[in-house]
Amino acid sequence: MRVLAAMSGGVDSAVAAARAVDAGHDVTGVHLALSRSPESDRTGARGCCTLEDARDARRAADVLGIPFYVWDLAERFETEVIDQFVESYAAGRTPNPCVRCNERIKFAAVLDRALALGFDAVVTGHHARLDLDGTLRRSVDPAKDQSYVLGTLRPEQLGAARFPLGDSTKAQVRREAAARGLAVADKPDSHDICFISGGDTGGWLRERIGSRPGPIVDSKSGQTLGEHDGTFAFTVGQRRGLRLGHPAPDGRPRYVLDISPVTSTVIVGPAEELDIRRLVADRAAWPHEGVVTCQAQVRAHGGVVAAEAEARGDDLVVTLAAPVRGTAAGQAVVLYDGDRVLGGGHIRVTAA
Amino acid sequence: MTYLDHAATTPMRPEALTAYAAVLADTGNASSLHASGRRARRIVEESRETLADVLGARPSDVVFTGGGTEGDNLALKGLYWARRRAEPARRRVLVSAVEHRAVLDTVQWLGAEQGAEVELLDVDAAGMVHPDTLAVALERDPAAVALVSVMWANSEVGTVEPVAELAAVAHRHGVPFHTDAVQAFGQIPVTVGEEGPDAITVSAHKIGGPVGVGALVVRRGLVLEPLTHGGGQERDIRSGTLNTAGVAAFAAAAATACAQAPREGARLAALRDDLVRRVQEKVPGAVLNGAPLGGPQRLPGNAHLTFPGCEGDSLLMLLDARGIECSTGSACSAGVARPSHVLLAMGAGEEHARGSLRFSLGHSSRAADVDALVEAIGPVVERASRAGALAGMTGA
Repeated sequence: MRVLAAMSGGVDSAVAAARAVDAGHDVTGVHLALSRSPESDRTGARGCCTLEDARDARRAADVLGIPFYVWDLAERFETEVIDQFVESYAAGRTPNPCVRCNERIKFAAVLDRALALGFDAVVTGHHARLDLDGTLRRSVDPAKDQSYVLGTLRPEQLGAARFPLGDSTKAQVRREAAARGLAVADKPDSHDICFISGGDTGGWLRERIGSRPGPIVDSKSGQTLGEHDGTFAFTVGQRRGLRLGHPAPDGRPRYVLDISPVTSTVIVGPAEELDIRRLVADRAAWPHEGVVTCQAQVRAHGGVVAAEAEARGDDLVVTLAAPVRGTAAGQAVVLYDGDRVLGGGHIRVTAA
Repeated sequence: MTYLDHAATTPMRPEALTAYAAVLADTGNASSLHASGRRARRIVEESRETLADVLGARPSDVVFTGGGTEGDNLALKGLYWARRRAEPARRRVLVSAVEHRAVLDTVQWLGAEQGAEVELLDVDAAGMVHPDTLAVALERDPAAVALVSVMWANSEVGTVEPVAELAAVAHRHGVPFHTDAVQAFGQIPVTVGEEGPDAITVSAHKIGGPVGVGALVVRRGLVLEPLTHGGGQERDIRSGTLNTAGVAAFAAAAATACAQAPREGARLAALRDDLVRRVQEKVPGAVLNGAPLGGPQRLPGNAHLTFPGCEGDSLLMLLDARGIECSTGSACSAGVARPSHVLLAMGAGEEHARGSLRFSLGHSSRAADVDALVEAIGPVVERASRAGALAGMTGA
C-alpha cells in the first residue's frame, strides 16, 4: 500500500511511521505546517507547530529512510480550527480544538489530499485501535487513550486511517523509538493547545476577543459576587481563578455553572448544580437506530458514565445513568460499548 | 534519477573535483610567510587571475567570499554604509521586485534597521526591469540614491535583465550598480566591461564548483565597508582564512563553464525547448512563465511552467516519487512552499504562482532526462489536479 504518515515531530507519529515501513508499505512522511508564523523553538509542552518540531519530524523520516515533505495547511487550520475556537469561546462554549482538527484537518483536508494524490491510507500516531472492520477501540494504554478525540469521525473518514500504536502503551512506544534510534524517543509529551504559545488560553483569547467586563452572579441568591474581564476566560465547572469579591451567602465554594456572552454574565453556584444527567449533541457520527445502552465520555480525560443514547433527527440525545459534573457545551460526547467506540457528537445543550 | 534542478546546485565538474581534492590534501595558509603558505598563496592568486580573466576584470577586483549570499550582503550593506558615510543624504536603495532573497531580505534589513528607503522596481510580465523604470525612479531624487541592484538573470524564471543598460542609467546619475549574477555566470557571458556593473556577485556551486565559495567582483575605486572584521585577507573588505581548495576548484569550474558556455548554451536551449514543447503536448494547459523561448532574454537551461489547477508542491512530490527532481521556486525555512514573489511581481495571480514548477538543466543534462519528465508529467498532473480541485483551485 502507498501510505502517508502524518509526522508531528513527536515520538508517537515517528513510531507509527516506522511500523508502517516495517509492515511493508511504501511510506511517505508529511509534516503539517499549521502555523502561519511558526516559532523557531518549542516552548513549554506545545505539540507540533514549531520549526523545531518540523526538524524533528524530518530527522525521524531520515532515520526511517522515507521521503519527507511539509504540507502547508496553516490557512485551512486558521479558518477551520483557530477561528472556530475563538468564536466558540466568544459564544460561551468550551471547544476541543483537537477533535475539530481531526474532523476538519487530519481526517479531512489531509486525508482527501492524500487519496487524491494516490495514497491508499493515512497513518497517524494516535493511541487508539482500529479494527479491520472499521471499529474504533480504546488504546490498551488507558492513560494515553485518544479514542475520544477520534470518536466523532465518520466511517468514511476512519476508512482510510491507520493507527498502528493502539496495541501498545506509551512506555512501549518510547522504548521502541529508542531501540530504533529515533532521537524523539524521550521528547516530552504535548499537552497544551498547539496554537497557544505558553499555554495561557485566557490571555490568548483576550487578545482576540477583547475585554468585555461583566458580573459574576450567584445562582442561589441572585447576588453579584464579583466582576470579570470577559466570559471567555471561564469554563463550566471551573472553580479556581473566580476571584470573587464576596463570599457566597452560604460560605460554600462556587463553580461556574453557566456563561451568557450576550449579557456578559457568569453564573456560579454550588458543586451539585453542575450535575448533568442529560445532554443533546449535534449528531456527528452515529450509525445506530433506537435507544442504545452504552457508556458516555464527555471530556478528554475521565467523565465516563453509563448512558442511553438515541438519535433524533440531527440530534443525538444522551441520558446519563449517573450525573457527571462540569460538562460544557462545545465539548464532544463519545459513546462506547466497553472499549468499542459507537459514535459521538458535539454537545449543544446540557440539563440536570 | 532525473535531476532537473541545476539552478539549485549542479554536480561538481571533474576538473573542479580534481583541483579541490588535490589542494585539500595539501597544508598551507595562504597568509603564511613560509613555503607552504607561498604555495597556497600562489594557488589563490592563480585562481583569482583565472576568474578575473573570464569575468573581464582585473585580478585585484576579485574578492573571494563564502558564496552568493555573502557576496550580496557584502555588496549591499558594504556599499550602503560606505555611501551613507560619505554622503548621509543617500538613503534610497533601488532593487528589482524579483531579486533573490539574499538581496531582498538584506535591503529590507537595511530599511528596518539602518534607515534605508527601499524601493522595489517593477518588472514586466516576463520579469524584466525596463531601463525607463529605473530612470524614472532615479530621477525622483537622484542625489538621495545610495545604490541600485538588479540581478543579471532571475533565479526562478530565468529572465535575463538588461544589465548593461540599467548600469548605464545608474551611472548617468553617478550611482553605483550591483548585480547578483549567481544564476547567469557560466551560462551566458558575464563581464564587468567598461560601463557595466560596479559590483558582481558570483558563486561556485552553481557552475560545477563546491558549495561555500564565491566572489564579489568590485570595480577599482568602489569603497565598501566590510561585514566581517579580522585579518583583512581580501583587500580589507573580507576577512577570514582563504579557502584555498575552494577557490582553486571554483576557478577550475569557471574556466570550463565559461569556455564551454557558447556551445553548451545552444545544447541546453535545444534540450529545454524540447522539454517545454513536449510537456505542453502532454499537458496542453501548461503555461510557460518568463521570457519567450529562443530569445536572448532567457537563460538556456531554464523552463518554468505553471500547471493550472495544480499545487506546485503536489507536483513536486509526485515527480519526486518517480525519481524526477525539480523545484517549486521559493521555499521557506520550514520547507513550506509559498507563492513565488517573482511570479506575483510579474502580475500572476496567487493560484497561478502556486501551481508552478521550475525545471533547470545543466552540464550533466541529457535527452533521457527530458524523456523521463515527458513520460511522467501527464499522470502526475492528472493526480495533482484532483488534489488541487479539493483545495479549491479552479484551474482558470
